[in-house]
Amino acid sequence: YAKKAQKADTYTFQVIKPHVTYLLEDHPPIPLEVEVSKDDALFYLRRLLTMRRMEMEADQLYKKKLIRGFCHLYIGQEAVATGMAAALNLDDHIITAYRCHGWQMVKGDSVKAIIAELMGREAGSSNGKGGSMHIYKPENNFYGGNGIVGAQVPLGAGLAFQAQYEGTGQIAVALYGDGAANQGQIFEAYNMAGLWKLPIAFVCENNHYGMGTSIQRASAETQFYKRGQYIPGIQFDGMDVIAVQAATQYAADYIRAGNGPLVMEANTYRYVGHSMSDPGNSYRSREEVDNIRKSMDCIELMKSRILEAKFATEDEIKSMEKEVRKDVTAQVKEALASPEPKVSEYMFQETVINNTEALRGTEQWHNGWKP
Amino acid sequence: EKMTVRDALNAAMDEEMEKDDKVFIIGEEVGQYQGAYKVTRGLFDKYGPKRVRDAPITEMGFTGIGVGAAFAGLKPIVEFMTWNFSMQAIDQIINSAAKSYYMSSGQVTSPMVFRGPNGVSAGVAAQHSQCFASWYGHCPGVITVTPYDSEDAKGLLKASIRDPNPVVFLESELVYGTEYEMSEEAMKDDFVLPLGKAKVQKEGEDVTIVTFSRMVDVALAAAETLKAEDGINVEVINLRTIRPLDAETVIQSVKKTNRLVTLEEGWPQYGVGAEIAAVVMESDAFDYLDAPIERVSGADIPMPYATSLEQAAIPQPHNVVNAVRRSTFRK
Repeated sequence: YAKKAQKADTYTFQVIKPHVTYLLEDHPPIPLEVEVSKDDALFYLRRLLTMRRMEMEADQLYKKKLIRGFCHLYIGQEAVATGMAAALNLDDHIITAYRCHGWQMVKGDSVKAIIAELMGREAGSSNGKGGSMHIYKPENNFYGGNGIVGAQVPLGAGLAFQAQYEGTGQIAVALYGDGAANQGQIFEAYNMAGLWKLPIAFVCENNHYGMGTSIQRASAETQFYKRGQYIPGIQFDGMDVIAVQAATQYAADYIRAGNGPLVMEANTYRYVGHSMSDPGNSYRSREEVDNIRKSMDCIELMKSRILEAKFATEDEIKSMEKEVRKDVTAQVKEALASPEPKVSEYMFQETVINNTEALRGTEQWHNGWKP
Repeated sequence: EKMTVRDALNAAMDEEMEKDDKVFIIGEEVGQYQGAYKVTRGLFDKYGPKRVRDAPITEMGFTGIGVGAAFAGLKPIVEFMTWNFSMQAIDQIINSAAKSYYMSSGQVTSPMVFRGPNGVSAGVAAQHSQCFASWYGHCPGVITVTPYDSEDAKGLLKASIRDPNPVVFLESELVYGTEYEMSEEAMKDDFVLPLGKAKVQKEGEDVTIVTFSRMVDVALAAAETLKAEDGINVEVINLRTIRPLDAETVIQSVKKTNRLVTLEEGWPQYGVGAEIAAVVMESDAFDYLDAPIERVSGADIPMPYATSLEQAAIPQPHNVVNAVRRSTFRK
């Protein structure tokens, strides 16, 4: 989370692609200028780099068969988590679907714990019980990491319900993809959030493909920020940390003021396939991916902004990249050193609190636990 | 003193809401309408719309909201107008509420109750007349509670609201209006019954009947007939909780009576009776059995509408009497 820094070293960045709003005519426009401190700007870049490096490591570990099952990488979309976290409070509720590694990071977890969880190791965020899609940081109000597409959205409304019920001043952010945007329960959540003015931002991370189905082939209305119908919306550039931060700050202020929910659409893109089993090239062209990578990459954009503000030189950025790479590599190494969970009674624990049941199932546990 | 099951449930929620601000109710018609079956009667007037929340007809949505609120530390009571409608929301109950504690390795909890009328009803046909005990009892991560009488209703619901786990609480609409005896203790506002413990509803030495919910009434009616006509003294075990199952009480009883009949409203295949039979087979009580285990269950069909067919699809006392007689080789 962005630390509030001294005024001295600041620079005012311009949002390049203007935000688009829906039903917000009576509210002031979203600022297109954002004042950012040097510390914050460098922090954003470091976070973007760390996130991407972590996901690239995950990609390699998957290919070495050290990560199993489903693994959905965030490569390309890093600006959304980074920019939103910059504008939210650490104790605001966040919940997302399965593309969750970056969100777990902005809620305070380490590369080591995330990578260890992906590999099913003891040192993992969920001690190896959850895997890539089930990581949590409830002490900072991050509730996963949810594998059922769309289900996290009513859950997010429930988090907002708690904030409103107890008057905590927190807001909730429920993230979903453009694919999930058509799930019926999202509209159920919109309805109750609108009805009860729940303090929530419904955030569609529109990366343009739900698995292999483009938004045009799945959605009758592809302007996701309008799909709350009676809920105001904001569409913003999800490839630009500064634009994301500006839109999120505006949304957080709007929601915290008691105006009720917002629907937000981050226009973003994933460079990789839906999951590790998807090469990501049967439903879109290599040119399309390359083009976006070249022209819209969030890391390159942040770098150029830092240079523009003279917050760092190219050499300093290069050495930051080296540091990040070294740090991530070291943490991955630590994760690799962590063993798989021992097969023990522990496997049966944490089904319910204060469990009184016999430990059953598979041959050796037919009648209670036998090591 | 006597009390209806409806009033006992109502008292349980009222007392727990009084005690703990984090407890709230959400569901269809729970507030202004005073509850589709009047179980929440008076609570809206007492606690207001904040804590007795009328939800639109969107089971998946308001169940998800309940689970999310529980993640964040509230103690929701999610009412389903009937458990049949919970199928719209079963993903939120199982995938969100039941599994998050395990998936997060103990970090995310869902201290909440899902409740409403379950099982057979009268004249409402297949989509509104079905028992979900074995559905939810199948799944690790949820406690599944099946109260029978007013004491059960009050003591078990209060325990369920206080429990740190997600609890599936299956009531029976057909006994909402039935008055049962309440002990002096049960009338107090600190009365709770332990979850996971069965009750020997009636002691006996000849045959064990294991059952739950409204079928306890049916078992007790059968017991009277068997006593009068056959001199058979049955023991009736009211499970109270389907999961965790109190296998010990069942096993002890079978060791005493050497005969077992299971009784439930639900379908036979993969039902609660099937599980009880398996548990006994896998325990040392197997060696004590003097007769094959008998299962009495609902008919293996969607519930028919016509009175004659409906009656024949729901276990009646004479079905239980026959099963006990077979078990004792009287028939």
